[in-house]
Amino acid sequence: MPNLLRLATAGSVDDGKSTLIGRLLFDSKTIFADQLAAIERASRDRGEDYPNLALLTDGLRAEREQGITIDVAYRYFATPRRKFIIADTPGHIQYTRNMVTGASTADLALILLDARNAIADQSRRHAFLATLLGIPHLVVCVNKMDLVGWSRDRFEEIREEFRRFSMKLAVPDLTFVPVSALHGDNIVHRSASMPWYEGTSLLHHLEEVHISSDRNLIDARFPVQYVIRHKDFRGYAGTVAGGVFKPGDEVLVLPSGFTTTVSAIWGPGGRPVTEAFPPQAVTLRLADDLDVGRGDLICRPNNRPHVGQDVDAMVCWLTERGNLSPDAKYTVVNTTRTTKAVVTSLDYRMDITTLHRDETAESLALNEIGRVKLRTQQPLLFDAYRRNRACGSFILVDETTNNTVAAGMITGPSQSVVWHSTAVGRAERGSTGCTVWLTGLSASGKSTIAVELERRLVAAGRPAYLLDGDNLRHGLNADLGFSAADRAENVRRVGEVARLFADAGLVAVVSLISPYQADRDRVRAAHEQAGLGFFEVFVDTPIETCEARDPKGMYARARAGEITGFTGVDDPYEPPVAPELVLRPEQGDPARMAALVIAALDRMPLPRMD
Amino acid sequence: MTLALDRRTANLDALESEAIHIFREVAGEFDRPVILFSGGKDSTVLLHLALKAFWPAPVPFALLHVDTGHNFPEVIDFRDRVVGKHGLRLLVAHVQDWIDDGRLTERPDGTRNPLQTVPLLDTIAENKFDAVFGGGRRDEERARAKERIFSLRNAFGQWEPKRQRPELWNLYNGRHRPGEHVRVFPLSNWTELDVWNYIAREKIELPDIYYAHEREVYLRDGMWLAEGPWGGPRDGETLERRTIRYRTVGDGSCTGAVDSDARTIEDVIAEVAASRLTERGATRADDRLSEAAMEDRKREGYF
Repeated sequence: MPNLLRLATAGSVDDGKSTLIGRLLFDSKTIFADQLAAIERASRDRGEDYPNLALLTDGLRAEREQGITIDVAYRYFATPRRKFIIADTPGHIQYTRNMVTGASTADLALILLDARNAIADQSRRHAFLATLLGIPHLVVCVNKMDLVGWSRDRFEEIREEFRRFSMKLAVPDLTFVPVSALHGDNIVHRSASMPWYEGTSLLHHLEEVHISSDRNLIDARFPVQYVIRHKDFRGYAGTVAGGVFKPGDEVLVLPSGFTTTVSAIWGPGGRPVTEAFPPQAVTLRLADDLDVGRGDLICRPNNRPHVGQDVDAMVCWLTERGNLSPDAKYTVVNTTRTTKAVVTSLDYRMDITTLHRDETAESLALNEIGRVKLRTQQPLLFDAYRRNRACGSFILVDETTNNTVAAGMITGPSQSVVWHSTAVGRAERGSTGCTVWLTGLSASGKSTIAVELERRLVAAGRPAYLLDGDNLRHGLNADLGFSAADRAENVRRVGEVARLFADAGLVAVVSLISPYQADRDRVRAAHEQAGLGFFEVFVDTPIETCEARDPKGMYARARAGEITGFTGVDDPYEPPVAPELVLRPEQGDPARMAALVIAALDRMPLPRMD
Repeated sequence: MTLALDRRTANLDALESEAIHIFREVAGEFDRPVILFSGGKDSTVLLHLALKAFWPAPVPFALLHVDTGHNFPEVIDFRDRVVGKHGLRLLVAHVQDWIDDGRLTERPDGTRNPLQTVPLLDTIAENKFDAVFGGGRRDEERARAKERIFSLRNAFGQWEPKRQRPELWNLYNGRHRPGEHVRVFPLSNWTELDVWNYIAREKIELPDIYYAHEREVYLRDGMWLAEGPWGGPRDGETLERRTIRYRTVGDGSCTGAVDSDARTIEDVIAEVAASRLTERGATRADDRLSEAAMEDRKREGYF
């Protein structure tokens, strides 16, 4: 069901967001004549010379009076390719609540920047919230290009500034479009004023962006919503929250722990279904007569969610009536399960402008975001939010006012830090670890393969953890640069972490350019010494291909001399002498390559356990 | 064409699943839900979705219609036929009863649309309904664009736009105090064209007046109105026979028809897709009263 794109828009009052949406509706001919006439009339009344497209989206009377938008408004438009639902949210800091609401269901976030100004704090907050809410695609519209003389340099300057900032966030897909909402440039049609811009118009991008693969089709999750009983019929109704269910599948019912088989699946109205996937509403029939009710969850026996009463979560506080504080009690709603919860601790409050964590914070007020630990009365059945939005999200409801007071995103089960004593031998751990080391040029596809590899290993019940070189440079290796010495230290540290993870029983999946043979060999030696498998994978994508992809524009900058010491351009890459596996583009897409790695891994002799 | 049709269907599947999820959520969380059912196209689609959501069991809710007494007879016949066919329980609140016993007075202009609010709220209170399904869509009007899917009404049945609950993911909060109720709008994310495409795909029967037919009508405020118990042409207005159809079906006194030759569902879809007027803008006098007309009526507790 991918042909519905839900997008959240955010921008400050002066960025021209309402004008942009109005323009999108106007130029795609979704505005009706009576709406346009009403706007023209209202614009004239306000003494404006041209139809104020912003009036289209400023719905409520108070907003019209104040000239601002104060809530989430939903807009609809369709092109022959797609239907779009816009959750239009205001930009003020005090309306973080609304942005979070609009973003919760969005596939894509649209952020507006004013080409004349430096990136506003507000825009940084919007980008942060979009990533916090797990929106897979981010589109940055650099607006008012007409007011900077359609300047390419200005556009690129802003783009780089935003990129530098967004490196701190995990934005899976980032696109920039220079536009003028007022004049319609690059909104629906390509602009004639910016011939240097080689991308597509905003609408074209929205029509084409690939969203069907954003769904989690790996982890089968079916929260039971309602039991349908009729004569001797008993079916479990709900919306698939992850993975794929088929008749004949062996399934596990949580929290009871019984296993049974799916005997039939029906879509709405009793249409037989051979495969059910998110977000379909279906009814399952199980082979055995079990006691299953609303709030239970059906999954696969070898791939189950966390079951627990203690969770760590990021929460956004949504109400001005009272603050979140430790020891407060709420009703928590997660999937179809409702129980009571107490906030056992507030770990920190996040400053969403600077991303600073204030660990001395004692409460969260309206629009504040922080990390908490919750203890629930009944166990929750959950996944981490970043893995599955449907199973990792929750709301907190105040028990006296019945209001929704917080939006929560589970980061994982709460754990106190436990240092494994050396008394635990490797054979006593649940699984055998090793390290898969992906090396290759920038943009060779290492990270994409690594992500897919981690996902597949975990889905197959093998604990795995991705160590991505770029991500580690934000924390563990934040103090390192790109000199040869720093690169060697970077590889050493990542190698050490990988070795520890492998020792703990995980498959450490490393994605790192690691250009020098000597550095990689030292990591291999450390593994061999510890009796751990080291599996070197050379992602052998020709530099021309990498350079053509150049998702972060790094090759272009290196060629232009803006950055130096860039591997493959003015710094050498030493291909592995004897890698365990070589992956070349002609072998298929990243998913196929990940499968090749797993197949090769399965053939590798396990390290000795003694 | 096939591809376009597939795309259209993919979109409808997503909307259908979302609406069914909402119906089941209400069935799981509320004690006494009711569906507002007038026989109009949106409420007919609503009922169709409810039937699909609980298959093979019957719909676990009653139906409620607020009858202004100025409804089109074809629509009332259709309403009763659908109710009988599915063995449903229908409550009818007659506006006339409220006028007769003095709880309401007839308006000077004769329109009864604004008079529906009191009988609706009285009936909800008498029957202790806690969730009330409506066919409202966010694309209908600007004030509706901000409406939640679960929309809390206070003990006076009123909507307070500034006190709406944030609504995140598909986690709906239907908690309410005794006396309060929640309006539920499963078609929130549908557009008029989605509704028609769905009617076509599902072959849903509608009252005939949605399709082109000949009728005696007169022109007022740019709309074709039909003669009926609610009144007829005034000075300078003359009846004429035209080929028309209705895009919305409400109180006869203020629901206008449009000139149309669309006799089949395919014709209607083509007409709606090409239309340059919103359905309410084209045919509902009550929404034209002022820029904030709908917002004011919603605050009072209108559908």
